[in-house]
Amino acid sequence: MDPDDPAAERMLDGNAVAGTLGAVFGADVTLVPGRCAHCGAVNMVGALRAWVGGPGSVLRCPACDSVVIRIVTTPRGTLVDVRGAAYLRFEQR
Amino acid sequence: MPDNAVIGALRAGPRKGKAVTERFVTRGFVGRRSAPGDIDVSARIPPGQYLTTDFPVLSAGPTPRTPLERWSLRIDGLVANPVSWTWEEFRALPARDWTVDISCVTKWTKLDMHWRGVSIDTLFEHVDLDPAAAYVVASCDGGYTTNLPLGDVLNGQAFVAFEYDGRPLTAEHGGPARLVVPGRYFWKSAKWIRGIRVQRADEPGFWESLGYHNRGDQWREERYDGD
Amino acid sequence: MASPIDWQLATVAAARDETTTVRTLTLALPAWPGHRPGQHVDLRLTAEDGYSVERSYSIASEPERGAEIDITVERIPDGEVSPFLHEVVVPGDRLEVRGPIGGYFVWESSLGGPLFLVGGGSGVVPLMAMLRHRARSGSTVPARLLFSCRGPDDAIYRAEIDTLAAADPAFDVAYTFTRVQPPGWTGYTRRVDRAMLAEVIEPLGSAARTFICGPTALVEVAANALVGLGVAADRVRTERFGPSGT
Repeated sequence: MDPDDPAAERMLDGNAVAGTLGAVFGADVTLVPGRCAHCGAVNMVGALRAWVGGPGSVLRCPACDSVVIRIVTTPRGTLVDVRGAAYLRFEQR
Repeated sequence: MPDNAVIGALRAGPRKGKAVTERFVTRGFVGRRSAPGDIDVSARIPPGQYLTTDFPVLSAGPTPRTPLERWSLRIDGLVANPVSWTWEEFRALPARDWTVDISCVTKWTKLDMHWRGVSIDTLFEHVDLDPAAAYVVASCDGGYTTNLPLGDVLNGQAFVAFEYDGRPLTAEHGGPARLVVPGRYFWKSAKWIRGIRVQRADEPGFWESLGYHNRGDQWREERYDGD
Repeated sequence: MASPIDWQLATVAAARDETTTVRTLTLALPAWPGHRPGQHVDLRLTAEDGYSVERSYSIASEPERGAEIDITVERIPDGEVSPFLHEVVVPGDRLEVRGPIGGYFVWESSLGGPLFLVGGGSGVVPLMAMLRHRARSGSTVPARLLFSCRGPDDAIYRAEIDTLAAADPAFDVAYTFTRVQPPGWTGYTRRVDRAMLAEVIEPLGSAARTFICGPTALVEVAANALVGLGVAADRVRTERFGPSGT
């Protein structure tokens, strides 16, 4: 975080959107590791940096700031774009 | 409880034909919504919007910071010759003051915002548009994009702002320069704009490609895809 | 039993003030699946005209409490929701709740320790759930809490924390009071920094499972400092609350 960036204070953790993503995936995804499609860093969804409050929520890679996951809630449903993740790895049940 | 004088501004209710679902109503909750207290003003507030007096900052990421010496604004795509301005060249272009109302899709509306900037018309005087030119895509530091029909940004409908309220536009609010399109929800007013690409075909931008309305006219309440 | 992803109606069973600006609501839930210390719930408030907002609140109580949970809410002066939860909500009211949510910021005694907790202001709330659980479960893992607040009157749960520390030789608390100190105070008086963290974590060692919660600025400083001090990054879990005072 750049201490001079006024926006930096608004950054949260992926945990902040855990309820929304949990409702979408039907299970808690905060412990799901994902690989950043841009830099290859692997982090759990809960550890991604979350920017919320705008038209949608954006989860960014803590290593390179690239967008990993985008989420928009509309009256017709919640849209999730995970193209910023090379993969999300879910445990087998 | 809202009185009749402010019903116009607080008009929310069921969205466009969609019945209010059996949503549980929380006793005593109203939320932070201000009534304009002035009947004339309520007509300036688009449907479903609430008046604000501050200038909320909503970020989707860290604030881009391009030093002015490295900043440029470019128009390319379906033009005879692409053109690019450095900061000095951009600031040497004819600029004017604009006082406009702004609506964000997150429901706040701010009246009488004072900007200073360069009209898109002025910028486009420097290019020859290909006859097939129909759309623009604005691209920005930080990777944000938004799309508009050419007809929505010409003829005085859009500008590139470098001052807000008499002061240089802060990085937090999109400085050094942002696009402002007052006739559309504020997500179309792209912060940190660096390029305008003229295209034959439309190309949904950052939010338009994930559920938001392609056009975003706040007076038709075009918030979401399918509205 | 309700799923954590479904909204359910909770009844406010009790309300009590923790400090002049912080209030705890006890929520009784008909179909609560149980929770893990550190998890949160989402609250949804809907006005008569359909306008609705959601907020997340850490669960302050330990899972051993059963089908009642506590949420502790700091009143933000211009907030949209916290003044409502402070001034309008009374026992008997019902609120829509979803949860429990989040497996990332969780500690249970089965995970072992040592346990290092760093909290700023209302960031202490999920850490308190962990400490209460640790006590109820009879865990003896070494644990330390570094709690940063403006002053002793702002230290949520202070009496309870001090009681836990006095009764348990394996648990210690260090306060840093950044604006107002109690008379005769010899403890920390500055914002959390690397030197302070080094001192407080020292008896636990760099293998401590670390949980940091509070304003984003504090979390940033603490997380970076601890990794710099040799704590493995995957042993540091963070819960940023955003700007101070929100």
